[in-house]
Amino acid sequence: MTAKPKIAFYWCASCGGCEEAVVDLAEQVLDVVAAVDIVFWPCAMDFKRHDVEAMADGSIAATFVNGAVRTTEQEEMAHLLRRKSRVLVAFGACSQLGGIPGLANLSDTASVLATAYRTSPSTVNPDGVLPQRHTVDGGHALGLPGLYETVRTLDQVTDVDYYLPGCAPTPKLIAAAVQALLTGALPAKGSVLAPDIALCDECARKASKPDALALAAFKRPSEVVLNEEECLLAQGVLCMGPATRGGCEAACVQGNMPCTGCSGPTSRVRDQGAKALSGFASLVASNDAAEIERITGAIADPVGTLYRYALPASLLRRRRVAVS
Amino acid sequence: MPETTTGSAAAAERFEPRIVAFFCNWCTYLAADLAGTTRLKYAPNIRVVRVMCSGRIDPQFVLDAFAKGADGVLIGGCHPGDCHYESGNYKTLRRFQLLRRTLRALGIEDDRFRLEWLSASEAEPLKTVVNDMVEKVRALGPLHLEVPAEAFAAEGEEVAAR
Ligand code: SF4
Ligand code: SF4
Ligand code: FES
Repeated sequence: MTAKPKIAFYWCASCGGCEEAVVDLAEQVLDVVAAVDIVFWPCAMDFKRHDVEAMADGSIAATFVNGAVRTTEQEEMAHLLRRKSRVLVAFGACSQLGGIPGLANLSDTASVLATAYRTSPSTVNPDGVLPQRHTVDGGHALGLPGLYETVRTLDQVTDVDYYLPGCAPTPKLIAAAVQALLTGALPAKGSVLAPDIALCDECARKASKPDALALAAFKRPSEVVLNEEECLLAQGVLCMGPATRGGCEAACVQGNMPCTGCSGPTSRVRDQGAKALSGFASLVASNDAAEIERITGAIADPVGTLYRYALPASLLRRRRVAVS
Repeated sequence: MPETTTGSAAAAERFEPRIVAFFCNWCTYLAADLAGTTRLKYAPNIRVVRVMCSGRIDPQFVLDAFAKGADGVLIGGCHPGDCHYESGNYKTLRRFQLLRRTLRALGIEDDRFRLEWLSASEAEPLKTVVNDMVEKVRALGPLHLEVPAEAFAAEGEEVAAR
């Protein structure tokens, strides 16, 4: 009897939604659990870091890591799990692209800490205490992980074999990936485990997307009553579908909301935000500079719109840091 | 990054901006050619990349130039109405405006990214544009786009002191 393959899950800077996605496999999760031996899953099972450290290098068949990398601890765990695993999968948008936590790259550590621990309305911290790396309390030395200035994707920290896109990846994509891992039917290293074609291709509204589109205004979903059948871009709403990889079956559009780009770009695009920018801007129905400024001005937060999930993975990676 | 310089005025004097220029084949590139054949002298800080039309300039090219060390990016195309492919330069204008605002949000000043319409005969205006841009970018200083992933910033007291 051959031993079941060992599988591990880990979370870095994430919201917990990716863990939820695993549970969302529903009955299929039982098939997975029956077929594998889960050796590490901090969210659900009581194994500790020293348990992982005690394993032989390369003894875990596959580890799924969700979340971006921001702290020293996350970085150490990424390296440790890489060493112990034969296959390392970046699971979800944060791990693959930086994700929502990656928008912290518009800011810096000092302001992030100041907002979270001092100025946010819900904070009660009269002494203005900030997290300390080292403290002594009652004779005990205590430590906290350090925060890096920049949020990184998993592959900016260690070598990654595959990527499972989405915020969070859909049960269908997860099940297919696990199946591929168990049967060894894996594509080339570095592949994203989803179709390599723009989301529009699998969107039910594709037929109503005009070949030549010209928009006199960009609208927010809250400003219009959206038709439930027509292409959202044709209705003037910024839908990231054309600049985003398919695989989710246009889940957001099915809910009558525009795609916000969580599955990242296809393999032919290096910088998802720049590609979306190029596409959106060229739709503007004006050749006049002032008019163009007015129309594109409706995109109030270009980085948050174009790079909602992919700022750390972008060409510039973050807001420029002032050098003195 | 701590720069080991003696006298910041002298350092500023020495700073030679690197500017990547994307010029369209039918207008601005010919203007640059004409500047060369007529021996017009302009600042040697630009590296020209010829593209068939300014509309071919993917915003990724601009970001890539900045990411790889350019201190400024200049785009040159045909005047409105004169694009060899009719509407390429209008698309460039639209992308330019949104991209400049995006760059601003990422901490890259407006003077580092410029769009100019220059026809094949406008060698003299090209010279003025290049010299002016080089001076402005020189005044801004190097772009220094390092990603301080390693800048470990949560050493308690140090952060508390800010
Ligand atoms: S732009 Fe959006 S709504 Fe339109 S076809 Fe593409 S994914 Fe569907
Ligand atoms: S429609 Fe877009 S934002 Fe929504 S799940 Fe799919 S890729 Fe993500
Ligand atoms: S050919 Fe010059 S801008 Fe299009």
